[in-house]
Amino acid sequence: MKVKLWGVRGSIPTTGPDTEKYGGNTSCASVAYDDHLLVLDGGTGIRQCGGAYCASKRIDILLTHLHLDHIQGLGFFSPLFDASKEIHIWGPASSSQSLFSRISRYLSPPLFPVLLRDVPCKLELHEVSNSVFDIGPFRIQSSYIIHPGPTVGYRLMRENFVFTYIPDHEPALGSHGMIQNPKWVSGYDLAEGADILLHDAQYTKEEYPMRRGWGHSSIDDAGLFASITSAKHTLFAHHDPSHSDAFLEEMLASFKLSSDVSVELAMEGFEIELT
Amino acid sequence: MAAYEIEIILNRQLADCLSIPVFITDILGNLIFYNEPAEQVLGKRFEETGEMPVEEWSTVFKPLDNDGHPMAPEELPLVKTLSDQCPYHKSFQIISLKGKKQPISVTSYPIISRSGNFLGAVAIFWKQKLK
Repeated sequence: MKVKLWGVRGSIPTTGPDTEKYGGNTSCASVAYDDHLLVLDGGTGIRQCGGAYCASKRIDILLTHLHLDHIQGLGFFSPLFDASKEIHIWGPASSSQSLFSRISRYLSPPLFPVLLRDVPCKLELHEVSNSVFDIGPFRIQSSYIIHPGPTVGYRLMRENFVFTYIPDHEPALGSHGMIQNPKWVSGYDLAEGADILLHDAQYTKEEYPMRRGWGHSSIDDAGLFASITSAKHTLFAHHDPSHSDAFLEEMLASFKLSSDVSVELAMEGFEIELT
Repeated sequence: MAAYEIEIILNRQLADCLSIPVFITDILGNLIFYNEPAEQVLGKRFEETGEMPVEEWSTVFKPLDNDGHPMAPEELPLVKTLSDQCPYHKSFQIISLKGKKQPISVTSYPIISRSGNFLGAVAIFWKQKLK
């Protein structure tokens, strides 16, 4: 299966030379196998994913949560406006409102001119929680994770390959940080032994205390999570909009001084074939 | 190894920040976490005991009603919460580790997940304030 990253920026899109290398689009990734395509999150990166890459008739969009940086691109995903397409949107269930109702709060006036119910494609919505389900050749596990509001991470499996996608996550929330016992680590089941783990690493260790509870991880906590879960290779993602390419590389270099976990910075356009 | 659901993890993280004794159990009443103030009540340290089966930890406390008579387990807030998944509060006495009667209040509540599943229960022990 082929994994491709279309947006790895956190919070808000950035443009300009300072963030050109790792990219300014917000969260979006895709996983493809044969003519099956899964799109993870609908941040602004999804717009580029919506072109020739989306040749298949059916496309499944798996949303981790509905914060704006994860859905902002949905209305610009061209297959939604193609009547020949069958689009399935999967997202976390809430205890109060339906997924349709919550997505419609964004895809409706005054925030957006077209109502979700009026898009021409054949649209189906599915709510997930702590679930295991199949889409084409993929087996998918979703679990609620620590992040404000209903938020899930996804573990995508095909044959023996695992890609885990947890772009927004604060497993270290608490007075003593992450509890270093797998039974007590949010998201552990999703990431255990993953071939590729994409994980939130928005802040430096110094920035994190001022942003505790906002739902994101420091690079050190992301590395600790990767270590506890024995992920084989980790992509640090959800880059802070204020962090330039140079700053991100300094963060990573500093992190590597004290860790031997296999990691790299998630980069827009990154592709890897898991075979 | 299957991790606990986040509602349980977040309850532990909250308990870890509090200065009042907090006990967290699974749906069977097995003690899966107790915080530092609860260690003083239990006379044991979580780091040393780890999780404790219900048969083991439930015998530590000797609850008495306000007349000094032993209370049946089914009268205790936590046992009632585990039974019907509702919150309870009750004031009674326990025999402290030093053998003295200690008036306390216990509040218990169920942990119901976002999906509506019953995951466990929390018991908070409050020292009764002298009036």
